[in-house]
Amino acid sequence: MTKLPRWADVVLVPLICLIIAFAFSAILIAAIGQSPAHAIWIMIDGSLGSTYGLGYTLYFATNFIFTGLAVSIAFQASLFNIGGEGQATLGGLGTALACLLIPWPHWSLALMASILASAAFGAAWALLPAWLQARRGSHIVITTMMFNFIAYALMNYVLVNILRPQGSMDPATARFPVTVNLPKLGDILGVVGIPFSSKNPANISFLIAIALAFAVWVLLWHTRLGYALRAFGKQEKAAIYAGIDPVRITIYALLLSGGISGLMAINAVQGAAHRLVLNSVEGAGFIGIAVALMGRNHPFGIVLASLLFGFLYQGGTQLALGTTIPREVITVLQALVILFTGALPYMVQRPLEALFARLARKEAA
Amino acid sequence: MTLMKRLLGATAVLALGTVAAVADPAIIYDLGGKNDKSFNEAAFNGAERWAKETGGTYKELEMQNEAQREQALRQLAEAGANPIVMTGFAFGDTLNAVAPDYPDTKFAIIDMVVDQPNVKSVVFTEDQGSYLVGLMAGMASKTGTVGFVGGMDIPLIRRFGCGYAQGVLAANPNAKVVLNMTGTDPSAWNNPVKGAEIAKSQQAQGADVIYAAAGGTGVGVLQAAADMGILSIGVDSNQNYLHPGQVLTSMMKRVDNAVYEAFKEGTDLKAGINVMDLAAGGVDYALDENNAPLVTPEMKAAVEEAKAKIISGEIKVHDYMSDNTCPAATF
Repeated sequence: MTKLPRWADVVLVPLICLIIAFAFSAILIAAIGQSPAHAIWIMIDGSLGSTYGLGYTLYFATNFIFTGLAVSIAFQASLFNIGGEGQATLGGLGTALACLLIPWPHWSLALMASILASAAFGAAWALLPAWLQARRGSHIVITTMMFNFIAYALMNYVLVNILRPQGSMDPATARFPVTVNLPKLGDILGVVGIPFSSKNPANISFLIAIALAFAVWVLLWHTRLGYALRAFGKQEKAAIYAGIDPVRITIYALLLSGGISGLMAINAVQGAAHRLVLNSVEGAGFIGIAVALMGRNHPFGIVLASLLFGFLYQGGTQLALGTTIPREVITVLQALVILFTGALPYMVQRPLEALFARLARKEAA
Repeated sequence: MTLMKRLLGATAVLALGTVAAVADPAIIYDLGGKNDKSFNEAAFNGAERWAKETGGTYKELEMQNEAQREQALRQLAEAGANPIVMTGFAFGDTLNAVAPDYPDTKFAIIDMVVDQPNVKSVVFTEDQGSYLVGLMAGMASKTGTVGFVGGMDIPLIRRFGCGYAQGVLAANPNAKVVLNMTGTDPSAWNNPVKGAEIAKSQQAQGADVIYAAAGGTGVGVLQAAADMGILSIGVDSNQNYLHPGQVLTSMMKRVDNAVYEAFKEGTDLKAGINVMDLAAGGVDYALDENNAPLVTPEMKAAVEEAKAKIISGEIKVHDYMSDNTCPAATF
C-alpha cells in the first residue's frame, strides 16, 4: 500500500474527520428536535463571525497551545505526561503569588515575574513524577495523573485556608491589582490600526504562546537537547549507546513539559480571570492531549489544532446562549469532534490510502 | 419513526433569529445545574411560574465553566435581556465587575450581596428556617442524636447548620447533633455518592434524622436515609415527595419566589438588599400529604409556636454569619 502524499495526510485526513464528526453532530441535534444547520451556523458565527467571538476563540486556543505543546514535548521523548492539569493548576498558584505579593509598578514586570513563577511551579510539580520515572521506573502515566488530584487538593487547601480574603465565601483569591492586568489583544492590535474588540479575554499571552510554539520547534529540531529528546523517544537503547543519559533526559523532558503547562496560567489567571479560582484550568490540561495528538506532536499542527478546539469551546458557549440545546448535548458534540479528529484518524487514513493507490495505478496504466 | 419525523421537521423548520428577545428576563443557573432537585430547580420553578402566568418567555442558561460567567452576563446584557437573575454566591465577584458596564440593565443575585446601584441582592434567613426543621428533628428523634450534612463548607452553610442545631437543642437540650460537610470546593454541591456515605456514617453514630443542606448532594443523603429506614430533611425545594413517608419535612427556601418576583418586577427591579425571612415567607418548613403521617399534632403545634415567636422576635435565632460563631454547635 502506498503512503499518502504529505498534503493529504496533513490536510485531507483531519478535514474528513471533522466533516464526519459534524455529520454525527447534525444527526444528534436533529434527534433532539433542533435544526442542525442553525446550530452549526451559530457555532461558526459566534466564534469566528465577529472580533468579539474571535477573541474568545483565541483565548481558549491560547490555553490549548500551552498545554498541547507541553504534552507534545514529553511525547517526543516517549513520555506520556497527563499531568498537565495539575501542573497548570500549580502554575496558577505561582502566577497568583507573583501578582499578589509584590506591588508591581507595570504589567510588563509583573508578566516577567509570573512567567518565571508559573513555569517554575509547573515544572516543580512535574519534578517528582519525573524523578520517580527516571530512577524508580514508576510509570509516568500513573504518577502524573495522581499528582493532578494532589494538586487539586493542595489548591483547595491553599485557597480556602490561606489566600481567600476575609469574609468571602468563594474559594478564590482577591482580585489582582489593576496594574498587573495584561494588555488585551484588542488594545495591541488597535495600536497598529487593526480594529479588534477588547471586550473579550484574549490578551498578549496569545502572542507569547505563538512565540513559544516557534521556540519549541527550534528546541526540538535545531538544538542538541532536542535531538537527544527525540533520539531517546525513538529508540531508548540506541540513545543510551550514543551517550545520552536516560535519567537526565527524562527529567529534562518532563520539567520542560510541566513548565510549559504552568505557563497556561499567565493567560487564564493573569490575563483573563484576574484572580485565582479553584478550577482555573478547567480541563485544558486534558484537552492538551487531544490537541497534541491531532497536531501530530508538531508545534505548527498544535497551533492549528488549538484554534479548532478554541472554536469548539467558544462555539459551544454560543450554542448554549443562542439555542435551547442542553449543556450535556453540547458536551457530547465537543466529545464527538475530539473522538473523530483525535482518536479515529486511522479509520479515514486506510480507505484514503486505498483510494490514492487506485488513482496511482490508473495513472500508471 | 419519530426520529425520522423529527429529522424531517428539523430540517424543514429553520429557526430564525437567535437572540431576538427584547427585554425578556433571563436566568442563569450555577454549576449545580437546573435539575438539581433543590436550589437551582427552585429557581427554575419560579421562572416557569412567571412564564405560565404572564405567557412571557425567558432566556435560561446553565453554567459549564468559570470562564463563561462573565461572557454569559455580558452577552445577555448586550442582547437586551432585562432583568438578569443569577443563582448562587459564586457570581458575586463577576457581577460586581460587570454590572457597572450596563447601567440600564437590572441584575438580581440570590444568596449574595453585591453593592451596585442596578443590582438587587436577595438573601434568605436560612438560620430561621433551619431552626424550625431542627425543632422537628429534635422531637422526631428517638435516639436523641440527629445529623446534618452540609454541602460546601462556607459560612452560608454553617448558618444552616447553626440554626438547625439551635432548633434541635430547643426541642431536646440533651440531644447530640452530628455535623459534617461534604467538601470545601463547588463539587460538594453535586456529589450524591459522598452524601450517601456521610449519611451512613452518621446513622452509625446513632443519628435517626438527617438534614441535608447540600444542593444535589442531598439527593444521595435522602436516598441513603430512606434505604436505612431513618428520617431525613430536605432543603431549598419541597423534597418530601422524593421518598414519601420517609422525609420528615423540607426547609423550604423560596428561591422560586425570589426569581418569580424579580421577573415580575421586570425592568423596574428595585435595587438593594432584599432579606427574605420567615415573616416575609422567604423560608418555611414543608407540610404536605407525603409527610403528614410523620408530623404529630404536638410537633405541628410546637413548630407553629416557634414560628410565631421568631416572627414576633420572642425567639432570636443566632445567625452564624453575624459573627462567625455558633453557640449550639462547633464546626
